[in-house]
Amino acid sequence: MISVKNVRKAFDEKIVLNGFDLEIPRGESLVIMGRSGCGKSVLLKIIAGLLSVDAGEVWIDGTEITQLKRKPLNQIRRKIGMLFQSAALFDSMSVAENIAFMLDQHTDLTEQEMRKVVDEKLNLVDLDGVQDLRPAQLSGGMRKRVGLARALAFNPEIILYDEPTTGLDPVTCTEINELIRDLNQQLQVTSVVVTHDMHSAFSVGTLMVMLHEGKQIAYGKPEDLINEENPILQQFILFGAPDQILNIDNPTLKEFTGRQTE
Amino acid sequence: MSNPPSDPAPSNEFATIIKKRLYHSLSETGDAFRLLAETIFQIFRPPLQFNLLMKQLLLIGFNSLSVVLVSGFFTGMVLGIQGYVQLKPYAVEGSVAKFVSVSVVKELGPMITAFVLSGRIGASITAELSTMKVTEQIDALEVMGTNPVKHLVVPRFLACSIMLPTLTIFSTFAGIFGGYVAVVSLFGFNGDFYILQVQKYLYVGSVLISLIKATSFGMAIAAIGCYKGFSISTAGGAEGVGTATTGSAVISLVTILVLDFVLNHILFNILGLV
Repeated sequence: MISVKNVRKAFDEKIVLNGFDLEIPRGESLVIMGRSGCGKSVLLKIIAGLLSVDAGEVWIDGTEITQLKRKPLNQIRRKIGMLFQSAALFDSMSVAENIAFMLDQHTDLTEQEMRKVVDEKLNLVDLDGVQDLRPAQLSGGMRKRVGLARALAFNPEIILYDEPTTGLDPVTCTEINELIRDLNQQLQVTSVVVTHDMHSAFSVGTLMVMLHEGKQIAYGKPEDLINEENPILQQFILFGAPDQILNIDNPTLKEFTGRQTE
Repeated sequence: MSNPPSDPAPSNEFATIIKKRLYHSLSETGDAFRLLAETIFQIFRPPLQFNLLMKQLLLIGFNSLSVVLVSGFFTGMVLGIQGYVQLKPYAVEGSVAKFVSVSVVKELGPMITAFVLSGRIGASITAELSTMKVTEQIDALEVMGTNPVKHLVVPRFLACSIMLPTLTIFSTFAGIFGGYVAVVSLFGFNGDFYILQVQKYLYVGSVLISLIKATSFGMAIAAIGCYKGFSISTAGGAEGVGTATTGSAVISLVTILVLDFVLNHILFNILGLV
């Protein structure tokens, strides 16, 4: 379980998170929504221990991580896999070396055993025969899949996705969304997905949170959020959600839809 | 008639800018020294990844050898010509070998090698690390529980500290040989006498000074290159990488000159070495 309690974070004068609270129960797939620059990725990096907080606490499986030193923090990080927005594959390494990196650094597995894990993880993300390619030789969608395979290499309990479908064509977006959903079901992990792509959000989320001006303004199951009458939330959903979701009977949503069609 | 009161605003603004710049520079220097301290701490913390060190030694050493040899050779030739021409009017042109060897061993050997490497290696370290920073590869290392300083900075710092004195030895020999070629071929100087003079005035202490200087320059180049690469913001983009790379080369060059002065003062003035 992940708990974010009253977290504040500012960069110089700009306050990004202003007393943000969040609970992510184990096994759930939580989508963090919000406009560009509202602090979604900052929140994800705080959960991963990549950014410090100005105030507040972040608890992962009963451990408060904001005050941890590098060694105990790294122990917690072994439970976490992260897919970065740009995939963040190491350019100087092959696909196989990228996926095996964490195993090479933190285990005594032999080359052959690591190769087996690499093949297994690539199979999980529906990729094969790319082991010896360099990241520069891969397409955007393939890079994301390899990034995901690398995130899965150490069998994490938590997977963090930073805008997993950004910059991809609609077909690849759908494939990545399906992949995230399938992995959640197969591996029973806790997922935290940052996105402003509503198709992706409704496709992979079992829980959703809306971040606005540094605070949580909505939290709940997708079907509950659609029926909430928060104008900021509904406006956000209206401009990006799939048609079948917009057909749901919600007065606020209808009001926006009406304005839109007038 | 009294003069109109002068507006204090421009001078205040100027003072504020100076204060901000000074604060920024001091803060950057502090961060750079913190990175250096962390690097030295990580060097002594096992395990040392020899495969990464070997890769950097090869990249820095082998790939820079030709340019260092050529630079050293031509520097020696220039010194030979200048030395001969300047000493001849006083009829002491026989000391040209001493002039070339002492200059190259104590000063120009380490200096030219450091200049070449600051442009070639320091800038390339900054470009590589800053690109890794903006593409979140350094964040990826962190998330995977790997210390970026240990994984990226330590091998580059050690490789520069080892390869700079090694390349300086090559550059020094190339310089002395360049001086030999210049004075023997252009002025008909006696080659055997040149070699004898070099042997006579090439002291172990001088070589030691050269190596101390070269090692210090190597550490400075790596530390500055790595710091400038790490200090870029993730949002810096391609422009940030360019600025960091240029900054790294410029700061390295200035640091080498300042460090050379400080080391000369310590080694020759305070410790009294010759």
